[in-house]
Amino acid sequence: MTATLESTSDASAEPDTVTMAGALNRALADALAEDERVLVFGEDVGTLGGVFRVTDGLAARFGETRVFDTPLAESGIVGTAIGMAMNGLRPVVEMQFDAFAYPAFEQITSHLAKLRNRTRGAVELPIVIRIPYGGGIGGVEHHCDSSEVYYTHTAGLRVVTPASPADAYALLRQAIDSPDPVIFLEPKRRYWEKETARLDHRSSTLDRAVVRRPGTDVTLISYGGALGTTLEAAAAAEEEGYSAEVIDLRSLAPFDLETVAASVRRTGRAVVVHEASRFCGYGAEVAAQLSETCFHYLEAPVLRVGGFDIPYPAPNLEKHHLPNVDRVLDAIERLQWDDATPLAGGGA
Amino acid sequence: MTTTERTAASFFLPSDEPLGLITADGAPVADAALEMPADDVLLRLHRAMVSGRRFDAQATALTKQGRLAVYPSARGQEAGEIGSILALRPQDWLFPTYRDSMAVVARGVDPVEVLTLLRGDWHCGYDPYRANVAPQCTPLATNTLHAVGFAHAAKTKGEDTVALVLLGDGATSEGDTHEALNFAAVWQSPVVFLVQNNGYAISVPLSKQTAAPSLAHKGVGYGMPSVLVDGNDAAAVHAVVEQAVARAAAGGGPTLIEALTYRIESHTNADDATRYRDRAEVEAWLTRDPIARLERYLTDRGLLDDVAREEIAVRAEAEAASLRERMNVDTVLDPADLFRHVYAEPTAALRRQAEDFTAELSFGAEE
Repeated sequence: MTATLESTSDASAEPDTVTMAGALNRALADALAEDERVLVFGEDVGTLGGVFRVTDGLAARFGETRVFDTPLAESGIVGTAIGMAMNGLRPVVEMQFDAFAYPAFEQITSHLAKLRNRTRGAVELPIVIRIPYGGGIGGVEHHCDSSEVYYTHTAGLRVVTPASPADAYALLRQAIDSPDPVIFLEPKRRYWEKETARLDHRSSTLDRAVVRRPGTDVTLISYGGALGTTLEAAAAAEEEGYSAEVIDLRSLAPFDLETVAASVRRTGRAVVVHEASRFCGYGAEVAAQLSETCFHYLEAPVLRVGGFDIPYPAPNLEKHHLPNVDRVLDAIERLQWDDATPLAGGGA
Repeated sequence: MTTTERTAASFFLPSDEPLGLITADGAPVADAALEMPADDVLLRLHRAMVSGRRFDAQATALTKQGRLAVYPSARGQEAGEIGSILALRPQDWLFPTYRDSMAVVARGVDPVEVLTLLRGDWHCGYDPYRANVAPQCTPLATNTLHAVGFAHAAKTKGEDTVALVLLGDGATSEGDTHEALNFAAVWQSPVVFLVQNNGYAISVPLSKQTAAPSLAHKGVGYGMPSVLVDGNDAAAVHAVVEQAVARAAAGGGPTLIEALTYRIESHTNADDATRYRDRAEVEAWLTRDPIARLERYLTDRGLLDDVAREEIAVRAEAEAASLRERMNVDTVLDPADLFRHVYAEPTAALRRQAEDFTAELSFGAEE
């Protein structure tokens, strides 16, 4: 079954034109207003409102006890969040930039992910770690990493990434409600993207993928920053005669195999698109799971379109590294189409 | 604190020499800077240290019998382990390390549950909320931040709870210790950091760990009152921890305490300390034994006689016998536990793996 983004809230909720950063801000404000236990803290999230202004105005509205700046120390932020959650609070912390989270890696992997397991469920850590991630904004080094698989490889963590403002709101509210720790990856290049939508946190579930565009010939699987490129590629593919279905994974851990496999069994072909390096990237897992579960439905190998296997490049070269529409179209054309397919010339 | 109203560094400075109340010979320290705990407290400290040492010896013996995978002994550190724990109030929390099993037992956790981790049955054998003891932490210094966060939450909620975090000399070199001390001082969190400086981080001596005059000096840089105490003097450790807990509870913020002590045994039963320590050094520290000195002091004051000593020894022996008996069973583990408590609800993928695994087990059973 495919989850949809149809709102289930009452009809009086008016649609709103909002950016992803604005939707995240609203989600934090609503969560803070509804639950006294929710705290927002990190570097520059107070007076400044965050370097991307996601926490803008929250400290003024909710006070410094609920929304506050910490010393500059990522391990400290996550480590103290763990202690606070052990004592009944629900911290939502910000790591500011993807690569800045690495000093907190030990706290995340050794403790945040494991304390429930170590204590047979006695210690619950309802913590959300917000990490602006990925490139496409001209950032300098250490500001553009796609670090998702470090977290998806770690049992005990949930990893989600929205690709639209409405989804950003819904997923962040659900992440804050979750009894499990959630790594909440925010695609930086989509922060300023606007959408007219009703913000409703019950519009979908935390662990389901959604079909963003229906199609019949090939399934394009993507998430986060690369989803826009993938949707553009699907539109371009249509002009070339391919009907591409686009799935937004939203949840990277757990992986919604059901939704993805149902699509691939219908289309028989799949391409995974992400901006992280391909080697041991998230696409490798998707491809492996599809070959294990959909082999007899596949007309072609599952292909991956990702960034090169290089350190994230300097800003003036990033456009060559990030997957673009042409690379996705190339992959579609490499999918062993036979002469009966709509493509003129047989796709050789 | 703004930049214009700084406290003088001297306010935070530890003493040059460790504070003490009872000398290695069991005599009261002249002109002690601390107040001697009440007689009944001293007697409780003595009894708990005797029990703690017996527990420690029993756990080491269990490694030889193959009942424990490994055990890091705390022999010689009874004053730090027990002196600090008995200074806590019931509502306070302990954030221990792997070497602090003795302290966890003294806090009231069943020793069998404490040893579950080291037996290899589960990563933590007790419910942290029952005796207010966090899981024993194996990576060094990570527990310091948990303690600060826990204490900060208590303060935020208006609860009168102090967090005591135990760490060793090696852990003071870790980044997390730095971050925890800094956060705690900036937030004025009700936390007590007790560094049990036992001389070695596995094989690396303190001289290769730090260039600071003492580990207590590290508190000064964070703006934290810092205390250097004789870590083999249970009365002194108890007094300084009790003071620090009281200050934290009254809103006075964190304290860093260095308890100068010595690890008599190797790092764990698997380690060979003769490769990096002189026998003479160990023997010198044996003369500063924390139990012997308190025993001497209590005996000299007429608070402890042979009858009482015998009663305490018998009781410790009985506790060890009970532990031995309860550890001397082949535990039956449920393999399905592998898939439990990973998430609040198992994911679809975990459910599938658990089903496959169950089928694999039942197939094996049929063969």
